[in-house]
Amino acid sequence: MNAPAYNFAYLDEQTKRMIRRAILKAIAIPGYQVPFASREMPMPYGWGTGGVQVTAAILGRDDVLKVIDQGSDDTTNAISIRKFFAKTAGVATTTSTADATVIQTRHRIPEAALHTGQVLVYQVPIPEPLRFLEPRETETRRMHALGEYGLMHVKLYEDIARFGHIATSYAYPVKVNARYVMDPSPTPKFDNPKMDNCAALQLFGAGREKRIYAIPPHTSVVSLDFEDHPFSRYRHDAPCALCGAGDSYLDEIVTDDKGSRMFVCSDTDYCEGRQAQGHRGSESAAPHKERAHG
Amino acid sequence: MYVAVKGGERAIENAHRLLAHERRGDREVPELSLPQISEQLSLGVDRVMTEGSLYDRELAALAIKQARGDLIEAIFLVRAFRATLPRFGATEPVDTGKMQIRRRISSTFKDIPGGQILGPTFDYTHRLLDPQLAEGVTPEPPATSDAPSGAMPRVTDILGRDGLIEPAPRADDDAPVGDLTREPLSFPADRDLRLQNLARADEGFLLALGYSSQRGYGRNHPFAGEIRLGEVEVEFMAEDVGFAVPLGSITLTECQMVTQFKGSATQAPCFTRGYGLAFGQSERKTMSMALVDRTLRARELGEEVLAPAQDEEFVMSHSDNVQATGFVEHLKLPHYVDFQSELGLLRKLRKEFAEANETLPMQEAAE
Amino acid sequence: MAEREAQDNDQPLLMAENLGKSYGGLMACRDVSFALYPGEVLAVVGESGSGKSTLLQLLSAQLAPSAGRVSYRMRDGVMRDLAKLGEAERRFLFRTDWGYVHQDPAMGLRMAVSAGANVGERLMAVGWNHYGKIRDSASSWLERVEIDTDRIDDAPRTYSGGMRQRLQIARNLVTEPRLVFMDEPTGGLDVSVQARLLDLMRNLVSELGLAAIVVTHDLAVARLLSHRVMVMKGGYVIETGLTDQVLDDPHEPYTQLLVSSILPA
Repeated sequence: MNAPAYNFAYLDEQTKRMIRRAILKAIAIPGYQVPFASREMPMPYGWGTGGVQVTAAILGRDDVLKVIDQGSDDTTNAISIRKFFAKTAGVATTTSTADATVIQTRHRIPEAALHTGQVLVYQVPIPEPLRFLEPRETETRRMHALGEYGLMHVKLYEDIARFGHIATSYAYPVKVNARYVMDPSPTPKFDNPKMDNCAALQLFGAGREKRIYAIPPHTSVVSLDFEDHPFSRYRHDAPCALCGAGDSYLDEIVTDDKGSRMFVCSDTDYCEGRQAQGHRGSESAAPHKERAHG
Repeated sequence: MYVAVKGGERAIENAHRLLAHERRGDREVPELSLPQISEQLSLGVDRVMTEGSLYDRELAALAIKQARGDLIEAIFLVRAFRATLPRFGATEPVDTGKMQIRRRISSTFKDIPGGQILGPTFDYTHRLLDPQLAEGVTPEPPATSDAPSGAMPRVTDILGRDGLIEPAPRADDDAPVGDLTREPLSFPADRDLRLQNLARADEGFLLALGYSSQRGYGRNHPFAGEIRLGEVEVEFMAEDVGFAVPLGSITLTECQMVTQFKGSATQAPCFTRGYGLAFGQSERKTMSMALVDRTLRARELGEEVLAPAQDEEFVMSHSDNVQATGFVEHLKLPHYVDFQSELGLLRKLRKEFAEANETLPMQEAAE
Repeated sequence: MAEREAQDNDQPLLMAENLGKSYGGLMACRDVSFALYPGEVLAVVGESGSGKSTLLQLLSAQLAPSAGRVSYRMRDGVMRDLAKLGEAERRFLFRTDWGYVHQDPAMGLRMAVSAGANVGERLMAVGWNHYGKIRDSASSWLERVEIDTDRIDDAPRTYSGGMRQRLQIARNLVTEPRLVFMDEPTGGLDVSVQARLLDLMRNLVSELGLAAIVVTHDLAVARLLSHRVMVMKGGYVIETGLTDQVLDDPHEPYTQLLVSSILPA
């Protein structure tokens, strides 16, 4: 039987070259979706194949990789992807945002500010910000080419007419480098401002939809809004119950069936870091123990 | 006191072990072998090869075993493996005209040169569950005869000789063949990419679309011009020796649909065609593929695009079952961060709604 | 607006020269030439099959001519051959300097989106970014086309045919175009609704100093709206002149036939 032998980080060098060319083109045109020939990967489409291909194409032996999903290093898919790279690339992995050189993420931007030299790789399900307004790819490509974003404006206007607010809470569209409208991936709008003038390189990979896009460091990223209905971040108004942080995005944890809930930092590294420095929230009287799990 | 949930890694390992255990099932029951799957579930293997885009019966059988019989999961395994294989070139186009025919039928003529050959088919069986099969049965040896000596020209070639059917589209021999696995698809798609997309497409999806066209959603009056099953030689042009080297033979099913005739001011009317090709014995797939190939030519043939089966972007964007299942099943992944945002927005809107409605009754009272 | 008129009234706004369109052996229209001046309304009348709809498509650059050309004077004063415009330029013209009123308002509106958004879209496309101001502008245009401003948040799906047509007109006029194309603008509406709509259109056209090309099979529409009329038959322009003159004293037998077929009121 044909037994497979895998290259460093799984992809063969030709494929990596193809992806890197797409990445370079994306960096040269911030916010523009570059089509690329996405490969079949050993995890399903929709589960991060785009992000994995981008990471595999840029990873070097000396890189330090962090993988998070919903802000946590310990969610099942983040673990699965981290193990994949540990196995196929043998790179060092970490949970520390500060120590990582490459961070692959699904649905969150880390709370700690990123620095020069880091790369943030986003997993993207639907790269096209106009997709739910116009299902045809042929049409949306034309709209981007001509800078015709009337359809998006109409949607925002309608939201305000109907709800009094722009009714988008995640995957909130942004204008990149004052030219292309882009979908930041399903990060909560709370994270949008972090993309603006960021010191790190931001890369976006959509495997199933076969698109790569990028925001070079220190590029302007502006969330769409109206002058009289300016963009506002949503964050549950409470400190983290574990570390007391008042400026991080919080997860709501349902603790019993009588409606009790508590709010905890979604970024586990950020929260643990604060706790290690001595910060405490209302629910954290002592250092936590691992709960026994089957 | 709340403690953050940890242990995801251990949970995954345990889940893998449990999966392997379930896959094996009752240890008293003999384990399936790959030859058993390849020989006795051969149509499943044919489908996995076709949609997996890889001709290797043993690997497809392994994939089916590993996937516990879930054919789409098996197709995924084959595709992922295929993606790692080095590519050293393209074969010469196979000549289905030279096929070693085991089955060949045409519904357009009562009799054709070479005859109608039923071959191994479920057609005309009575769908009565056979308890004998449950025990295990040694079937009678099939009837034999000499191999057909006469020519078996394709029905579409017969029609073509008199110009009754549009000629098979000739591709530019020097132009490279498009490859979906190497370049992303864009619309409008040329014939080579369209056929590649349909060959890899989910059988059920194409079946439903083909069916819809027969029921009026983009009808093109199809007739099964010819369906043939058999072995064809695969050859590869070896630059060093300067001639094509045979690599072996594969089993193919080919379907040519003869469809609604068309003419124009400058061209006499003639039948149009739809084409289907698949690995192994895959009639449902090739017939559906031929129907949809034809419906997707609506724009090319100047027909109004009204039905889903005629909508190129719709059909070709949603035909890949590996992509489809990936995205549908990804909903199982955690989405709680975004859900949190939605909850926040919803709570805000509900609060405003309640406040707005609170004031109204008071106004009425004031009046 | 008056200032602009004074500057460029002497120069044609749109010019057709030997314009023709054929499909294979079929000739849809041939040898059409005319000049349209700012503030002038030209009606193109004829029966179905006369070529008038094809002509409108050619003049609005939605179809490429098989012969001849169409030129338009851009806001910078330069006369441009429409066939040579890039797609981006053409689409920009369509959104700002031109209007196009379809016979079926559903073709020219976003039916599932509110009236306010429909009217505001062009403003947002040219950079308006203040919700309140967009809404106010939309509201005042609704008033101008005699739609109750309470309906600003309703989608045109909920509007009557006449209201939809008036909304379509508002959507087109909000960027103060210089030229409006109209394809059977009152077709399909009740006679009384038509009359009211024609009145509105005539007032708006004259208030805003619009030039317009109106395709219609209805001579009454031509009479009410246009300064000049072109009569088409079998793809050719068979008669042209001042509307009142042509309709009161038609020269061509076909025109006489058309005129005499108007049922007396």
